[in-house]
Amino acid sequence: MNLLEVRHVSKNFGSLHAVQDVSLMVAPGELRAIIGPNGAGKTTFFNLITGFFPPSVGEIRFDGADITRVPASGRVRLGMARTFQITEIFPELSVRENVRIAAEAAAGMMLGIFLRRARQEAIAYEIGSAIALAGLTDRAERKVGELAHGDQRAAEIAMALALRPRLLLLDEPTAGMGEQETFEIAALIRRLHRDSGYTIVLIEHDMRVVFHLADRITVLEQGCLLAEGTPAEIAANEAVQAAYLGQSA
Amino acid sequence: MSEATALGAATTPVLSRQRLGLAALWLVLILVPFWVPFVGGYTQLAGRALVLGLAAMALNFLLGFTGVMSFGHAAWFGLGAYGTGLMLRYVTSSTLLATAAGVLLGGVLGTLLGRLLVRRRGVYFAMITIAFGQIFFYIAYRWNSLTGGDDGLRGFQRQPIGFGRLLLDIQGNDIALYYYLLFVFAICVGLMGLLLGSPFGRTLIAIRENERRARFLGIDVERQIWLSFSLSCFFCSAAGALYALLNNFADPMTLHYTLSGEIVIMAVMGGMRSFWGPLLGAAVFVVLQDYVSSMTVNWMSFIGLLFVLVVLFAPRGLLGVLQRETPR
Ligand SMILES: Nc1ncnc2c1ncn2[C@@H]1O[C@H](COP(=O)(O)OP(=O)(O)O)[C@@H](O)[C@H]1O
Ligand SMILES: [Mg+2]
Repeated sequence: MNLLEVRHVSKNFGSLHAVQDVSLMVAPGELRAIIGPNGAGKTTFFNLITGFFPPSVGEIRFDGADITRVPASGRVRLGMARTFQITEIFPELSVRENVRIAAEAAAGMMLGIFLRRARQEAIAYEIGSAIALAGLTDRAERKVGELAHGDQRAAEIAMALALRPRLLLLDEPTAGMGEQETFEIAALIRRLHRDSGYTIVLIEHDMRVVFHLADRITVLEQGCLLAEGTPAEIAANEAVQAAYLGQSA
Repeated sequence: MSEATALGAATTPVLSRQRLGLAALWLVLILVPFWVPFVGGYTQLAGRALVLGLAAMALNFLLGFTGVMSFGHAAWFGLGAYGTGLMLRYVTSSTLLATAAGVLLGGVLGTLLGRLLVRRRGVYFAMITIAFGQIFFYIAYRWNSLTGGDDGLRGFQRQPIGFGRLLLDIQGNDIALYYYLLFVFAICVGLMGLLLGSPFGRTLIAIRENERRARFLGIDVERQIWLSFSLSCFFCSAAGALYALLNNFADPMTLHYTLSGEIVIMAVMGGMRSFWGPLLGAAVFVVLQDYVSSMTVNWMSFIGLLFVLVVLFAPRGLLGVLQRETPR
């Protein structure tokens, strides 16, 4: 069974059809990339999946349950974690504090006042492993706002990991990065997928990253689904070549 | 307590310095009746600073630690004062019960009305809080037979408190009264510190820092803001209850938006990013009001000037200035 099933969703902003009749099925353990030119509706599609706003029409199912009307915070508690195209973190707090807030939220402690010793230690361990997985252990006590751009993005991924997600949605994690940083984030995503077995939906503009990582690729253009398939199929797809060559070559 | 401790992340040497500062602060507060006369003050004035300080810290629970601005906190303060006054006048001679009644009246009404504004933000949130305040102001102002209307609620007296065989004569003895105020203040402030240092408190700081991120960590932002508002109302009405005891009087001006504004000024002037800043702001406000108003009726322009200077040159407030001066 699929972990995520998005059926025929659309989203209009006034007269603009930002997403039109797009469907997406993601199997457990899959790494799906979503690509498409700027303004194609990729982020809007993510916003629909994660409950930032409800779709104008369509249905979204997560692990078999209809979540079309579940608010964003509820979807996170069901196991959806996302990062944003423009990093969303708590810049004044340290990496560890950022991750701690995520870990405590995931542990259902949002009304908690006292923490038992054992609970405290379990949480501290989880925080430590999320930070380690994101490769930030040596910068854990630094204020996130003072870190390099690439490390801020890694910190945002660490927060998402601390949510114990079953589905990880990453919106352009390498946006605005140089070669080295892009390489490091790509390696991190690869580890999360291959070694830790996360199911990941990834919006990405860097084609080397996409073709290197993705199991399957979904192509959006002007709000519509243009193509879907394995990297080899997408590379050979004439409509995709036309859309991309027409735009960037 | 600074934010670092509120987040449980301070390293050991910082913690011990903070503990020292905390111990010094409580010592100063406990010894008020002994040192205040030597600097030309009097215990009643210190009590006033303490009570308004509690109100400003209560507001700051919401403003500084949740990032939500209320311009109507006098409503809960005044309800606390009237609740206590009415209880003493019509129902009981127990100061403790009367205090509890004030806390409950303001806290419960604040909680119920707070439900209406959790989806509002910024100016809209602030406007609705002003409206709440004015509703209660007009009720107190108009309902002559119960509240004494324009003249305020008189005809009640704080009563001595018996602890077993021990009698705390807060009626005749200013120093005993001050210790009762400090006792309630300590409970409230202790609770606030406990809450802010807990996982619950961290969700509030998360909302203040980045509401969108908080929401996408699964935090129910509306519920947490409601809870924070509710707690803030309870603490603020505790301050109002003490105010009624301090003055043996509840006045419609305790519900008025000018007091709401003054509470905001105290919190911001003292330093809204720090736990204790608002207490310092309140102390400075009360002392200036007392000294300057004996010289000129324009005392508010002095405070206004100080406020503008602080906002322009010391964004971390007066406490921030003090902390910068102390050697690290
Ligand atoms: N909240 C919004 N309100 C109005 N228009 C929006 C909103 N979000 C996105 N859009 C528009 O929808 C289209 C798709 O945007 P987006 O999903 O961000 O594209 P992508 O992420 O593929 O670059 C764009 O034309 C954008 O201007
Ligand atoms: Mg985008």
